Amino acid sequence: MSAKKGVMRDVFLERLHGLMGADERIFILCADFGSPGLDAIRRDFPERFINVGIAEQNLINIAAGLALEGFKVYAYAIAPFLTMRAYEQIRVNLALQGQRKKMNVNLVGVGAGLGYDVSGPTHHCLEDLGIMRMLPNISVISPSDWETAGQLAHYTAANDGVKYLRFDGKPVDRIYDGPVRMEDCFSELRRGGDICLVSTGFMTHRASAAASLLEKDGIRPGLMDVFRLSPFDTERFVEAVKGYRTVVTLEEGFIGRGGLDTLVLGALAGTGARIMSMGFEGGYVFEIGDRDYLHRLKGLDPEAIAARVSLALQGA
Amino acid sequence: MVHGIEGGEGFGFLRAKADWVRRETLKVHASAQETRIASSLSCVEIFTVLYYGGLLRHRPHDPAWAGRDRLIVSKGHGAISLYPILADLGFFDKAELGRVCMAGGLLGGIPDPGVPGFETINGSLGHGLGVGAGMALALKRKGMENRVFVLTGDGELNEGSVWEAMMFAGHHGLDNLTLIIDANRACMLDFSSRVLDMEPLEAKLNAFEWEAATVDGHDVREVSEALSAASHSQSRRPSAIIARTVKGKGAARLEGDPLSHVRNLRPDEVAEIIAGMEA
Repeated sequence: MSAKKGVMRDVFLERLHGLMGADERIFILCADFGSPGLDAIRRDFPERFINVGIAEQNLINIAAGLALEGFKVYAYAIAPFLTMRAYEQIRVNLALQGQRKKMNVNLVGVGAGLGYDVSGPTHHCLEDLGIMRMLPNISVISPSDWETAGQLAHYTAANDGVKYLRFDGKPVDRIYDGPVRMEDCFSELRRGGDICLVSTGFMTHRASAAASLLEKDGIRPGLMDVFRLSPFDTERFVEAVKGYRTVVTLEEGFIGRGGLDTLVLGALAGTGARIMSMGFEGGYVFEIGDRDYLHRLKGLDPEAIAARVSLALQGA
Repeated sequence: MVHGIEGGEGFGFLRAKADWVRRETLKVHASAQETRIASSLSCVEIFTVLYYGGLLRHRPHDPAWAGRDRLIVSKGHGAISLYPILADLGFFDKAELGRVCMAGGLLGGIPDPGVPGFETINGSLGHGLGVGAGMALALKRKGMENRVFVLTGDGELNEGSVWEAMMFAGHHGLDNLTLIIDANRACMLDFSSRVLDMEPLEAKLNAFEWEAATVDGHDVREVSEALSAASHSQSRRPSAIIARTVKGKGAARLEGDPLSHVRNLRPDEVAEIIAGMEA
């Protein structure tokens, strides 16, 4: 694993910018939310970029209209507002419509989980995996590093359909150094002993750090990064975790509400695997502090994860 | 095929067609009581003028023809009166009119884009203008001259998303977009003015940088001339036609009833109304 940090949206938008010259069907919309990469797109392709204003409902509807006329559309906004302010627009004009008509719409949400830590609970995004996974006809993609995020530019332009890309807002380390196949849905970063940590997005970095701590105690967990939650390759996943007696899910999202934990519980039902879920419980996070602080408070920092796993294994 | 634009005789043709559409719509309702008849009767003249008045380019046997004008029926529940027109023009088999809402049929109580002639999914209010604005933007960017028409109700304008789209279309000068408001004065539970008064509508639209005009929505000449003027306008603004209509038009029991939205007409009532129209 290279430790070089990068910001998912920057790498993604830079590569999208690179595609726009040759592909005149790419159209970018944002809901008054920017980045340097978007500035370059606005400068070089003013005819295919529009800031619709602070209006996420309209963002989705304009995107749907453009897509029905053949454009490959990217709707870029802060993740909780993109998915939850405009949920019914997404349901009607993308999920429903997408079942009847060919569309290429890519919802690019920035600020997964606690990425916007100090902005508080309106900006935290802890429900999106569950609610977006609920909708048929929408791919839910949750990359854990900027390399995967960058590869999504070409993938989304080359593949029709409606996709939700859940990007972290903060710089993250690189995990992958080769092509990531979206169809695979997940990747086993490391084979372990009895226990496997299954994570998505930023929590894959937490899982990796927790695994390093556990190794000092002689526990060597497997590491599984889930980057596409819907549609999901359940059969391959069940096969991949065979041999692990305990599976721990880790996500920056609410537990028991349709996210990664629900996906894994459903996939492994009846297999006999012991499953633990780690994420947010007990409601919204009103406490103030940065992501590391809030994770420590909620037991999601590497030390707490390692301790909870150790304890569980002792009891097993 | 252009009817009705030249005057007298042509408008007589459109009036006769509108009567026929109203009768056929009532017949559909007689066998499909789940359909929203009052909402579908207020926009009969609007659909008739669009399709038989030469104002909406279309190819019944090639519904996805790139050169077509786009019509989004945002008030999807009121689209039952479009079924007889589309069947008559050959978009689908006329026999489907006798199977509306029946198991395995093509046509439901609210149309979806699986039905030839319908562009979008409809039924949930407040979506059509934004999607239509996106289409209009796409057509302009591609240098195409097709128009986009969006039909909404007046109660539907309560939805905030409509006004987001209104601001967007005005700001971006989408002059290839025409909004037709079937202002039939009633929501589901009461007259619109008593639920959430949207007046003065024309002034509101003009303030949002639209070119708005008000017509009698049951007068085919007025509807036709307003639509034609909107299509040929040199203005850089999007155009809106406020069609003043009556919910349940043609069915005396529904006209003036604030709850007409949820009222049905029994088959015997339908027969009586049709007999009256033909007398």
